[in-house]
Amino acid sequence: MSNVNRREANPNNGDWAVEARGLVKTFGDNRAVDGVNLNVRAGTIYGVLGPNGAGKTTTIRMLATLLRPDAGSARIFGHDVVKESQIVRQLIGVTGQYASVDESLSATENLVIFSRLLGLGRAEARRKAADLLEEFSLTEAAKRPLKNFSGGMRRRLDLAASLIAQPPLIFLDEPTTGLDPRTRNQMWDTIRRLVKTGSTVLLTTQYLQEADELADRIAVIDHGRVVAEGTVNELKASVGTSSLQLSIQNPMDIQVARQTVEQVLKVQSTVSSEVGKITAPMADADRVTDLLIALRDAGIQLAELSVQKPTLDEVFLTITGHGVKEDASKASDESDKVREVIV
Amino acid sequence: MKSSYIKHVAERQLRNKTSFSQSVSNSLTMAYRGLLKIRRTPEQLFDVTLQPIIFTLMFTYIFGGAISGNVQNYLPVIIPGILVQTVITTSIVTGVQLREDMDKGVFDRFKSLPIARIAPLAGALLADTIRYTIAAVLTFTMGYIMGYRPDGGLGHVAIAALLVIVCSWAISWIFAFFGVIARTASSVQGISMIVLFPLTFLSNAFVPAETLPEWLQWFVKINPISHLVTAVRDLTNSGTVGWDLSLSLIGAAIIVAIFAPITVRAYMRRT
Repeated sequence: MSNVNRREANPNNGDWAVEARGLVKTFGDNRAVDGVNLNVRAGTIYGVLGPNGAGKTTTIRMLATLLRPDAGSARIFGHDVVKESQIVRQLIGVTGQYASVDESLSATENLVIFSRLLGLGRAEARRKAADLLEEFSLTEAAKRPLKNFSGGMRRRLDLAASLIAQPPLIFLDEPTTGLDPRTRNQMWDTIRRLVKTGSTVLLTTQYLQEADELADRIAVIDHGRVVAEGTVNELKASVGTSSLQLSIQNPMDIQVARQTVEQVLKVQSTVSSEVGKITAPMADADRVTDLLIALRDAGIQLAELSVQKPTLDEVFLTITGHGVKEDASKASDESDKVREVIV
Repeated sequence: MKSSYIKHVAERQLRNKTSFSQSVSNSLTMAYRGLLKIRRTPEQLFDVTLQPIIFTLMFTYIFGGAISGNVQNYLPVIIPGILVQTVITTSIVTGVQLREDMDKGVFDRFKSLPIARIAPLAGALLADTIRYTIAAVLTFTMGYIMGYRPDGGLGHVAIAALLVIVCSWAISWIFAFFGVIARTASSVQGISMIVLFPLTFLSNAFVPAETLPEWLQWFVKINPISHLVTAVRDLTNSGTVGWDLSLSLIGAAIIVAIFAPITVRAYMRRT
């Protein structure tokens, strides 16, 4: 997983794009959102990560003025989503989980109508539509009815429609669900470019990789609650330290090697004997030098040495106690097993 | 990305209220969308083209002899009646289509845009006046082909058609309300038919009210549809404007005054 392109949260901009306090939404007996707090700094990408039915979409819909919260409050750039909903709508763009465009019309007609609704003049709306279609490589399909659009094209058009008014905050609800890997990568590039123009993006995703790739900060949400929040690195660190993995050339040496590792690093290690691999938590990277010298002094030949950072998958498992795709009911008896494997 | 840098929030002019002129312009844009949809799917105009033709032929030849002695004498009675019945029945489609439309994702976008809340509804209803116009023109055309020569002249016929279109538009707010609160499109159709069927038939649209039993006459006389039919007959057959026309317009205004706000409110609540 690459961290190369990650930008730091813009420190000279103290604005909060989103401040949500104790948001609650109940559908019948189901508390879909059960006291969610979120703070999103302007100019950043914020990821809301959680399994299906965790309350991500409901949260976004409340922040986007599409649903009225049963309790709690939310502000978008300081404007209350309930009391100042019409102002909030002037500051946001929403791209829903299901394409929110008109199926029976063409791409151009869709964009022209949305532009006109946003107050652009006739000629201006046409120009805007043409510009956006070009920007999202949809010019060729501009006149075709949307029925013949692929999923990726529909998402792109949907995103284009959200950008007409150049809103400072954009909500993307699972922007890449159901897209093939190539289209997904294109979508990621688009989202990154968006933030470069000064937008704030709040996106939901079920994919850990997506949150890892895009988001500056992440909130992990489960059963309608935020169960963890922080930067990707903070979340990974919360699971534990990196682990050191050593492969020994001669399997006969493995016991000696293990003793050496435990003596020098002063930790418990585990051994998978069939491949001759030792795994130990690495709290202090400095000690590794001592370890390597000690191993050479003992005459133990290394085949391979690697450092493994915890993945977001592990973060998720640790925090929620169950796997991403797993049912909550199955979680209790399986989570222990899963943890043993990881540690 | 080519698009210029996003304007900072503080530099934006923000208003929490939509002005009246913005509401009108938003509604007109939404009506334009409705017209585009009709143009893309012309098959949805089948009902408004076939119904006036079939009903006019059927009712005239079935009832003509029995009620007015012959078909020729019945035409001045039945054409205004059929006109009102057909055009108002057409307004049910508004509710049904609104229900279908609202289930689609695009309505989420309309809700998230800073536009007048009434626009998606008003626009859809406005676009449907094209359907009423088609139905009205076809009914009069059928009547003309069958020998109907209204004494009021073309001008009054046009005013009568306009009156029926305006009243149908008002009544379509009732069906729009059903459309917004109902779960499925077919239930909208069902409820609307139950409401509209007695209203159009228990009126003076097809038979003179005097032939009915007294208790029924009482209902027929207060039935707003009867007043609308009478107003149309006055206009087309004698070119006169009476109390019935004022009553019809007042009734239409009352319906809009009640149903437009509750429909918009229900639309806002439902998600």
